[in-house]
Amino acid sequence: MNNTNSSRFKDKAFRVFGLSAIIFCMLTLVIFIGFIIYQGAGRLSWDFMTSLPSRFAERSGIYTAWIGTLWVLVLTTLISFPLGVGAGIYLEEYGNKGKLSKLLEINIANLAGVPSIIYGLLGLQVFVRMMKMGNSILAGALTLALLILPIIIVSTREALRAVPSSIKEASVALGASKWQTIWKQTLPASFGGILTGVILAISRAVGETAPLIVIGALAYVPFVPESPFDEFTVLPIQIFNWVSRPQHEFAINAAAAIIVLLFITFLMNGIAVYLRNRWQQKINW
Amino acid sequence: MEEVSSGTTGPKATKMKTEPKLSSDNETYKLRARNIDVFYGDFQAIYDISLDILDHSITAFIGPSGCGKSTFLRLFNRMNDYIDSFRMNGRILLEEEDIYASSVKVEELRKKIGMVFQKPNPFPKSIYENVAYGLRIQGIKDEDFIEQRVVESLKQATLYDEIKDDLDKQALTLSGGQQQRLCIARTLAVKPSVLLMDEPTSALDPISTAKIEELIFELKKKYTIVIVTHNMQQAGRISDNTAFLYMGKLIEYGDTQKIFTNPEKDRTQNYITGRFG
Repeated sequence: MNNTNSSRFKDKAFRVFGLSAIIFCMLTLVIFIGFIIYQGAGRLSWDFMTSLPSRFAERSGIYTAWIGTLWVLVLTTLISFPLGVGAGIYLEEYGNKGKLSKLLEINIANLAGVPSIIYGLLGLQVFVRMMKMGNSILAGALTLALLILPIIIVSTREALRAVPSSIKEASVALGASKWQTIWKQTLPASFGGILTGVILAISRAVGETAPLIVIGALAYVPFVPESPFDEFTVLPIQIFNWVSRPQHEFAINAAAAIIVLLFITFLMNGIAVYLRNRWQQKINW
Repeated sequence: MEEVSSGTTGPKATKMKTEPKLSSDNETYKLRARNIDVFYGDFQAIYDISLDILDHSITAFIGPSGCGKSTFLRLFNRMNDYIDSFRMNGRILLEEEDIYASSVKVEELRKKIGMVFQKPNPFPKSIYENVAYGLRIQGIKDEDFIEQRVVESLKQATLYDEIKDDLDKQALTLSGGQQQRLCIARTLAVKPSVLLMDEPTSALDPISTAKIEELIFELKKKYTIVIVTHNMQQAGRISDNTAFLYMGKLIEYGDTQKIFTNPEKDRTQNYITGRFG
């Protein structure tokens, strides 16, 4: 009797704890977003999106920043997608599962946890200085691609692993080569998962600030980049710059820019969720 | 070790070679296994098994779980090749050709020796595309040819009449028994001469099982069939020859009637009568 009462109490206590944890998280998020929108929504306008940065807060815009972000997003995707997915496919499907592969697996997982500023320093030395790319978009995109590669590799491997081996066996038993099996069975079946991982990784890259500051993305770029070798800035750096100014008007600008950045991130996460659901519906084991 | 019934192992059982029922003509052997040892790392899964499989016959491998019968079956289309720790001694001949020779292309081999698995495993595609898959990967583009082969294979697998209006339907919507017959049709479409079946009915209900057994019996006319089964009655019902494996060793191999009514080894007798396993 006592025992039952005690476990009932624990049950209830945990429920209350879990519920308050969720409320705390959601509330923080809602307050934060609400505050940002309250501050910045009024500043959002077509002019704000298409104006170059300026000394005067009310004339300042995020044109260079969001174009820069778009450049970085596209280039980072182009670099990291084939590399990460390729490496993931190799490790999961081709590489033999010996000690070396275990070591590699642990190291890749570790790389995913390395602070982003370290990647910035690596990018500064390798891409900016040694390869003489300067403070270009390309150097920034390469740095960010390195940063998210481990995430893409890990999520690719997980997605591939989720494909039942019975499907692969059926394919090779019919005379398919390994590559045919990967291309016609494993990849289509796991593509939703792979894409989800890639999009989430890229949406993380879009929000990164520290490594780009290290490689010298400028906060004040009075022109729109036209090639991967141009100097650039991105939204997070623009926000960081505005927030650090004393004038209140710049804080409002920052809030408005945050709304744009959040919108991009949410949009990408939304696409990831959509793709995941879509592919899951299609394939029901 | 389980108890061997006391002292009845006559001298005749110790020296007697167990031979399958066959004509003396060598030509009728489809597959030959010669002195096969299989290792997974340090573990030996198969001990020195030699066995010949007759053309156009059904050969059943029986034995308790873990006796090596599936491992042995999968040697014939080299499905064990993907296991990193897998190692093998001995030779396996398909019509006198060593299938493990370096000159053999494993993809070509698997077109000749098809396999049906324990759990129905259709691809997450339409019924039609499931059967067409083996042809498409060969690079065949002629859609008329493919369609003709798909229909022919589905008919052979006695599935066509049930699904002829639903060829574009997702294969995973079929029932378990239909899925398994689809998997057989998919294998037949590649025109193999040998069918390996790894407990093809163990995931199915009795009615579906009966249908598959009927089908297997029918297929015997055109194919050499090797079937692994847990189900003793099944082996007795459909097979011509039966091999009893125990702990990686071939205990007895011969005519199914004889194995089931008058086995030479006590261990076979004990297993068949359900005293162990």
